[in-house]
Amino acid sequence: MEGLEGTLAELRDTFRSGRTRSVAWRKSQLRGMIEFVQDNEERIFQALDQDVGKHPVEAYRDEVGVVAKSAKLSLSCVEKWMAPRKGDLPLVFFPASAQVMPEPFGVVLIMGSWNFPISLTLDPLIAAISAGNAVVLKPSELSPTCSSFLAENIPKYLDPKSIKVIEGGIDVCEQLLQQKWDKIFFTGSQRVGRIVMTAAAQHLTPVTLELGGKSPAIMDSSSNPTNMKVIAKRIVGAKWGSCSGQACIAIDYLLVEERFASDLIDLLAKTIKQFYGENPRESKSYCKIVNKNNFKRLLDLLKDPLVEASVAYGGSVDEEKMYIEPTILLNPPLDSQIMTEEIFGPLLPIITLDDIYESIDFISSRPKPLAIYAFTRDEKFKKQILSRTSSGSVTFNDTLLQFLCDSLPFGGVGQSGFGRYHGKYSFDTFSHEKAILQRGFFPELEPRYPPWNSFKLHFIKLAYAFNYIGLILLLLGLKK
Amino acid sequence: MATTEEGKTVFDVEAANVLSKELRDVFASGKTRSYEWRISQLKSIVKMCDEHEEDIADALRQDLSKPQLESIVYELTMVKNSCTLAIKELKHWMMPEKAKTSLTTFPSSAEIMSEPLGVVLIISAWNYPFLYVHRKVLNFIAFIVHAITTSLISLFLVLSLDPLVAAIAAGNAMVLKPSELAPASSSLLAKLLPKYLDCCSIKVVEGAVSETCALLEQKWDKIFYTGNGRVGRIVMAAAAKYLTPVVLELGGKSPVVVDSDIDIQVATRRIIVGKWGCNNGQACISPDYIITTKDCAEKLVDSLKKELEAFYGKNPLESKDLSRIVNSDHYARLTNLLDEDKVSGKIVYGGERNEANLRIAPTILLGVPQNSLIMKEEIFGPLLPILTVSKIEDSFDIINSGTKPLAAYLFTNNKKLKQQFLMSVSAGGVVINDTALHLTVHSLPFGGVGESGMGSYHGKFSFDAFTHKKAVVYRSFVGDASVRYPPYTRGKLRLMRALITGNVWTILRALLGWS
Repeated sequence: MEGLEGTLAELRDTFRSGRTRSVAWRKSQLRGMIEFVQDNEERIFQALDQDVGKHPVEAYRDEVGVVAKSAKLSLSCVEKWMAPRKGDLPLVFFPASAQVMPEPFGVVLIMGSWNFPISLTLDPLIAAISAGNAVVLKPSELSPTCSSFLAENIPKYLDPKSIKVIEGGIDVCEQLLQQKWDKIFFTGSQRVGRIVMTAAAQHLTPVTLELGGKSPAIMDSSSNPTNMKVIAKRIVGAKWGSCSGQACIAIDYLLVEERFASDLIDLLAKTIKQFYGENPRESKSYCKIVNKNNFKRLLDLLKDPLVEASVAYGGSVDEEKMYIEPTILLNPPLDSQIMTEEIFGPLLPIITLDDIYESIDFISSRPKPLAIYAFTRDEKFKKQILSRTSSGSVTFNDTLLQFLCDSLPFGGVGQSGFGRYHGKYSFDTFSHEKAILQRGFFPELEPRYPPWNSFKLHFIKLAYAFNYIGLILLLLGLKK
Repeated sequence: MATTEEGKTVFDVEAANVLSKELRDVFASGKTRSYEWRISQLKSIVKMCDEHEEDIADALRQDLSKPQLESIVYELTMVKNSCTLAIKELKHWMMPEKAKTSLTTFPSSAEIMSEPLGVVLIISAWNYPFLYVHRKVLNFIAFIVHAITTSLISLFLVLSLDPLVAAIAAGNAMVLKPSELAPASSSLLAKLLPKYLDCCSIKVVEGAVSETCALLEQKWDKIFYTGNGRVGRIVMAAAAKYLTPVVLELGGKSPVVVDSDIDIQVATRRIIVGKWGCNNGQACISPDYIITTKDCAEKLVDSLKKELEAFYGKNPLESKDLSRIVNSDHYARLTNLLDEDKVSGKIVYGGERNEANLRIAPTILLGVPQNSLIMKEEIFGPLLPILTVSKIEDSFDIINSGTKPLAAYLFTNNKKLKQQFLMSVSAGGVVINDTALHLTVHSLPFGGVGESGMGSYHGKFSFDAFTHKKAVVYRSFVGDASVRYPPYTRGKLRLMRALITGNVWTILRALLGWS
C-alpha cells in the first residue's frame, strides 16, 4: 500500500510539474508507443499465443495493428485536438471572446482486460497520453504473460516518471480503487464495472466503463444464396474468429425466422469447417478459453438438460487444452443462464421467431447491448431497428467493423457501459473541456448593476433575448 | 404508496417503483421521441414562464427574499432562453451526423445517431443530513451537518428547469425532484408543470431525504444532480448499482485573482454583482474569495466599500436588492464562520446581521488565515475574504492547493499572467475580467471538474448530456476480403497489415505481393 501511495505521489508531482502537458512530450510518447509495438511484434504475438492461443493474424488485426494505427492517428492529430475551440458569442457580450480549452484531468487509472490484453490496455493509454495525463496502467492478471511483458517493456519505451504499469490481482485492484484518481477508464464485466464506479464515487472521479452484454445478430430473409455464404462467414468470423467468442462485441446469440434455421445451421457448420478444419482443436486459428474458471463457467451453461438437448452442432471439449468446440444451439430456453447472461465464449444460441420483425421487441425488452448486427436489405426494417432498439452501435450486413472506424465513438449504453473512445473521442475522454470567457474593461453596461429598477429590468430582459432593436429603442427612450 | 398515521400518502420506495415503471412504459411507447412532442413541451415551458411570471417571482421572494430583477432575469429569462435556443436548433441537433469511413472498411458508410437515454432523474439540490445514516451518533449536531450539506437553492428555477429543458429536447421521459429548501417555489412548480406539460412523461416529486432516497433506489438511464459534493458522492454511488451515468453539477471555492494596473472600479463592480448581486453569494459560481497583492489590497477594499454603498446604500440589511439567507441553518453556519476566533477580528466592512430576518450584510474580511473555517469550505453566502500575496503569481499555488473549483476569475491586463493562469489553474470554467457571465453563453459547456463535478450542459451540451450517440455502420455484401477469415496464414498477415493502415498504396503493394 505504501509503495502504491508513493507511486501516486510521484505521479502527482510529475503532473504538477507540467511535464506531460507539452506537445513535445505527448508526441514523444506516441512515437515511443509506435516503436514499442514495431520492435516487439513477434514477442507480443508469442505472449498472446501463450495467454489466449491467438494466431498472429488475429493478434495483428485486433491488437498490434489497432495500437499502431491509433498511435499514428493521435500523433498526427494531437496538436489539432489540443487547440482551444472558439465558441459563438452573442453581440450583447461584445467585446469578448469565448473558447473551450481541453486540459488533462491529471493522474488517471486504466484497467485493461484479458481478452485483448494489448490493445485494450494500450489504446486507452494512447488516449490518456495524447490528452496529457500521467497514467497508471493495470493490465489484467488473467493474461499474465502479456501483463508481465507490458510491465517489463513499457518503461523502456515510455516515460517512466509519468507512466507506470502495476501488475497484480484482486487485492491490488482493490488498493488501486481506494486511491483518488482524476479519471478511471475500465474495460471489463458489468459486475466489476459496478465495483469500479462505486469506488470512484467516493472521490467524485469520472469514469468510462467499457462493458459488454448480449450482442445479438439478426438475419432476415432478404438475402440470396451468394450473400448467404458471405453472411455465414461474417457470422462465424464475429463469433469464433475473435478470441473464440471471448470479445465484448462478439455475436452473443442469433435471431432468425424458424423456416431458415436449419439451412442456416448447415451453412454455419460448413463455414466453421472451412475456417477451422475438421478438428478445430488442432487449428492454430482458433483461440483457447482463457482459464479454468471461464472454462467451467461455459460448461456450466451447457449443464442445464434443456440447454444440453438444444445443442445442434459441436459441444465437444478438451479441458487440458482449454478447448471448447464451436457450438451451435437451437432454441435453448429463454430463461436459461445461457440466454440471460453474457456468454463470452464459443457457444452460439440461435433463437427462432415466426416473424423477423419480432426481433425488435425481443432485443428492446432486454438490457441494452454493446452492439447489434443486422443482416437485412429491408430499409423499413433497418429504420425500425435503429429507432426502436438501443445499443452502443448498430452494424448492417457485417460485424465487428465499427471497432475499426476512428470517426465512430466506441462505447456502450445502459448495462453495456457509458463513455466512449477511438479517434478524437479518445482524446476527449481523457480531457476536461474548460470554458473560457474573456472580456475587456470597456465598455461598461450600467444596467448590470444594482440598485435595481424597472428600467434595468427591462434592459436586461431585452439583452437576454438578444433583442438589439428593442435595446436601442429603450436607450433612446422610445420603448416603454 | 404507504400512508402515514395521519392518513397522508407518503412517497416511498414502492411508489417510486411504480412511478419509474409508468415512465418506462411511456418512454417505450415512443411518445417522447418525436420532434413534435419535444417542441410542444418546450413551447409550453415558455408559455408557463410568461403566464406565471408574477407567481414565480412571488414564490422566490417568499423562499429567498429574492429581488424581483434577479428572479425575472436570472431565473425566468434564462430558462426561456434555453427553450428558445432548443426550439430553434432542435431539428439540427436531432439529425444524424455523418462519419467518415476509411479504406479499411471500404465500401461502407457510417453515421452517429442521437437517441434519448430513456427515463431520467433530475435532482435539484437535496438535503441529506448525516442524521439519516448515523441517526444515534450525530443527532445533536444534525442541524450543523444539515446546514453544511444543503446547497444550491440560489438559481432555483433555472437549476430545476434548465436540466428539464435539456432532457425534453433530447426526447426523454423524466422525474424532477425540486429542492425542498425553497418550499413555495417547489410546490408552485409541482402545481404548474403538470398543467402545462405532458404529465404522463414528466413527473414532479416533491420532498426531502426519504423521497429522494426512494427515487435513488430505482434504475434510471441518467441522473442529473445539482448540489454539493457530499451528496454528489451518494448519488453517484447509488447510480453505480445500475451503471447509470451521471452529471454532477457541484460547487467549490471559486477564487478571484485581482492583479494591479487594472480599472479597479470596473473590476470591483463586476465582483460585487457576481457575488452579492446573485442571491447574495448563495450561488455555485459566486466569487468565493479574492487573492491580490499586498500593495493592491487596500485600494481594492476601498473600492469595494465605495461601490457596495453605491449599490446597496448605507444600510444594506434594509436593501430590497439583496436576497436573504435561505434558512436558519445556513444563517447559523455563516455566522459561525464569522465568529471563529481567527477570523472575527479580520472584518474590514460589514458584519451586521439580523437573525429574525435571516439577513447578513455584505461582509469583507482581510488577511484571514488559510486554515480558518471560512477558507476551508465553500462559503455560499455574503462573506468575502481577501487573501494577500507578495507576487500575484503566488496566487496560483494557493488556488491549486485546494480542490478544483467550478469557476475561477482573473482581473488583469497582463497577457503573460493571463496565459499562465489559463494553463495552470484548472476549474470548470474561467472568466477573465468579469464574473459569472459564462453561465449565460450557450456555446460554452457549463460544468465542473474534480470536486466541482462531472459532465456539463447549456446550449447543445444540454442536448448531448441526455443523449446516447449511437454509432451506425452500413455495409453491403460486395467487397468481402477473404483475408479477414481463418484459416490464417502469414500471407494474410501481410495483407491485414496493409488493410489496417487504410493507406491505398500500402494496400496495393500488399495485394501485388510487394511488401
